[in-house]
Amino acid sequence: MLLSRKLTDNISSKWMVTCLTFCLLLPLAIGTGLVFKSTPLLSEHRLSELVFSKDWFPSDNRFGFWSFIVSSVWVTVLSLIISIPLCLLSAIYLTQYAPKWFLKFMRPVIDILAGIPSVVYGVWGLLIVVPLVGDKIAPFFGKESLGYSLLAGAIVLAVMSIPYILNMLLEVFRQMPVELGEASLALGATKWETIKHSFLRKGSTGIISAFGLGFSKALGETIAVLMVVGNVVQIPKSMFDSGYTLPGLIANNYGEMMSIPSYDSALMFGALLLFVIIVIINVIFRYIIYKSEAL
Amino acid sequence: MMTFRRKYEERFFRALSFLFTAIIVFVLVQIIWTVVKKGFPSLSWQMITQEPKGGFYFGKDGGILNAIAGSFYLAVCSTILAFVISLPVALFMNIYLIRYQRLLIGIRFFLDVLWGVPSIVYGAFGFTLLMYLGYKNSLGAGIITVAAMITPIMIRAMDEVLKTIPIGLQEASYALGSTKTETAYKVFFREALPGFATAILLAFGRGIGDAASVLFTAGYTDHIPHGFSEPTATLPLAIFFQLSSPIEEVQNRAYAAAVILTVIVLVLSVSARLIKMKK
Amino acid sequence: MSTQIETLLKSNLTTTVVHNNIPVVEIDKVNVYSKGHHILKNVSTIIPKNKITVLLGPSGCGKTTLLKCLNRLTDLYPDLKVSGSIRIDGDNIFDAHKDITAIRQKMGLLLQRPYPLPMSIYDNIAYGLKLKGIRNKKIISAKVEKHLKEVALWDEVKDRLKTSAQRLSIGQQQRLCLARGLAVEPEIILADEPSSALDPISSRVIEEEFIKLKSGYTIILVTHILRQAKRLADNVIFMYYGEIIESGPAQQVFENPQSEILKEYLRVGH
Repeated sequence: MLLSRKLTDNISSKWMVTCLTFCLLLPLAIGTGLVFKSTPLLSEHRLSELVFSKDWFPSDNRFGFWSFIVSSVWVTVLSLIISIPLCLLSAIYLTQYAPKWFLKFMRPVIDILAGIPSVVYGVWGLLIVVPLVGDKIAPFFGKESLGYSLLAGAIVLAVMSIPYILNMLLEVFRQMPVELGEASLALGATKWETIKHSFLRKGSTGIISAFGLGFSKALGETIAVLMVVGNVVQIPKSMFDSGYTLPGLIANNYGEMMSIPSYDSALMFGALLLFVIIVIINVIFRYIIYKSEAL
Repeated sequence: MMTFRRKYEERFFRALSFLFTAIIVFVLVQIIWTVVKKGFPSLSWQMITQEPKGGFYFGKDGGILNAIAGSFYLAVCSTILAFVISLPVALFMNIYLIRYQRLLIGIRFFLDVLWGVPSIVYGAFGFTLLMYLGYKNSLGAGIITVAAMITPIMIRAMDEVLKTIPIGLQEASYALGSTKTETAYKVFFREALPGFATAILLAFGRGIGDAASVLFTAGYTDHIPHGFSEPTATLPLAIFFQLSSPIEEVQNRAYAAAVILTVIVLVLSVSARLIKMKK
Repeated sequence: MSTQIETLLKSNLTTTVVHNNIPVVEIDKVNVYSKGHHILKNVSTIIPKNKITVLLGPSGCGKTTLLKCLNRLTDLYPDLKVSGSIRIDGDNIFDAHKDITAIRQKMGLLLQRPYPLPMSIYDNIAYGLKLKGIRNKKIISAKVEKHLKEVALWDEVKDRLKTSAQRLSIGQQQRLCLARGLAVEPEIILADEPSSALDPISSRVIEEEFIKLKSGYTIILVTHILRQAKRLADNVIFMYYGEIIESGPAQQVFENPQSEILKEYLRVGH
């Protein structure tokens, strides 16, 4: 073999290993960087106080993240309540009932939904969802609302997570063995009974994981929610109240970071919190998917 | 015999599942329609050919060329950077590591988890790193942050393409006396090229549309950047900032900018899908 | 060759009359197309009651497609275009307003590989009963026991009826699938190479079951294993490239084949 070819091979494989190592170290670097920046805050305050206190007075050096955590969980759970039935039933329709051309037509629709930037969803939320909640939905329930509310955030978030969840569900139903359907139909079941009793059970791990990963995706969403949720620091009492999510807090206060001591550290602690929660959720559900595929 | 209840349960859920699918299509059309209807009237030639001029933020003359150009600089450069890192990694996984299935599963698992990390966390981390190194908000910092965010997406998308290449092709290449590098870049790379194009477009779309990661790192300016160390505006941030203005003129420009961004992203999605279908 | 087939078909019809078998399934001019390919070509035949009818032929000859036509599982594949008529007990199953779920319950299906439903052993059998509207727990339990005994599985699983059916061995799963099919009290059992994925012992158990069951059921068995066909068949339908080449009582078909294709097939043995 020519020396130059051997050398190329050598250099190239070293470069490959370098790149891979870099990718694998990235999350470690993110974690370390955020821990490093939150240390000043953590040395002054107890962790339980930071997480469970609802007193957010940065100028008094009091940082309680509880109201942000509550808002984030509210918005995310509400959004799943909206998107779960939508995604599950349309995945069922597309894979079980619809003609093939319709599924083909839906693929680019899902692609486009997935590609629309967060800020455009935010614009849509401002123009359509906020007035809808303020003028129609809240009065319908006999409540008053500005529209800038947890519900508005949840609706926008639900629409944003549709392509993400729906794609995973389509994959779950696509992998369902045809013979399982045949076996159930041959026993005299209707199509819906086959789906309900056989497919939903057989695919249960995949379906739950899709929702779990959808949850973590929605939890980290920033700009679109920030634009419609109202951004008021409070423990919301209903879904028509305004809230303030954790990612929104970080994004909104970027300019003021420097002026108050430990504020900067507190925001980085918020990012760390988000990072840790989302990584844990991802690890759990990815692991479930991996286990069910390995069987 | 089939009872009344069973028959109608079947019909009910069939209709309901169709309805829900229709809702999804309706919402997509509604989003695009709303954005275009609101933004189109304010769209002008001036918008896309000029930088903001004096008094732009009070409704005077100017355009958002700074943001359009900034977004393209940012997205193109970060896509290239991500590609330079992703390509070797994806090839390495599918050629060198093909025998170590367990390790491979581990790496894929890891990258999938990394994909789930929200962009605001990348943004915060990028900002931290910037402060630590003593740099300012700049195009370069934005590029690095966005590249870090889209790299796992790109690797996994490329990996999915390479995974489908049969092992026989690798064997055939070695049998002809190729080294692993030659197999990687001459055989696998060509075989997977159309799939890679889709992966690149996907990552590019993610890069051009994301706001949270560049919020801290890229800064904002009314001028087109002339170097990596200068701050830059981006389309998503231009929309975000202008919308918070109380002046209607400025808000309308935000809507127009949203149309521009939506059109760019639509073109990207559709071309990615076309390349995929051609294959 | 077509004239040859026609004469064969005629002779086949006369033999059916001579043997005086009561037909359960009458297949008349069934054609199936898939994306321009002609998979079943004008297939007409009669399947007699309480006999084991074997659909024999090399793989890809349309045996499985014909079997799936019988309980209209062809509906699942949008690419398949089916025409002609299949009458079961005189009812045309392609009739649009027929209740397809009730027709399917007349037929138990056994596939190449067992596909237990994702539930417990007990529920696998109770499933079909519940679909039939049987709610009484005592009746269901009694039937579960009866049908598990019928396939000689009861002693092996009676202590773990509530565990997942997927934990059974593949041979046990296949017998469970047979019991599951029998529980809805079908008249006909459709079996698509039911022992091809099984070990020799399990496959012998299945064959023995078939011989026992034929007094109460009409069994239609698809196979490409000649020896299995010879062991089990009362009646044989030999297919080749989507056409029925020869059919009739087993003895006649095996010992006195008319067509060159069948003679060759019997000689080579597959």
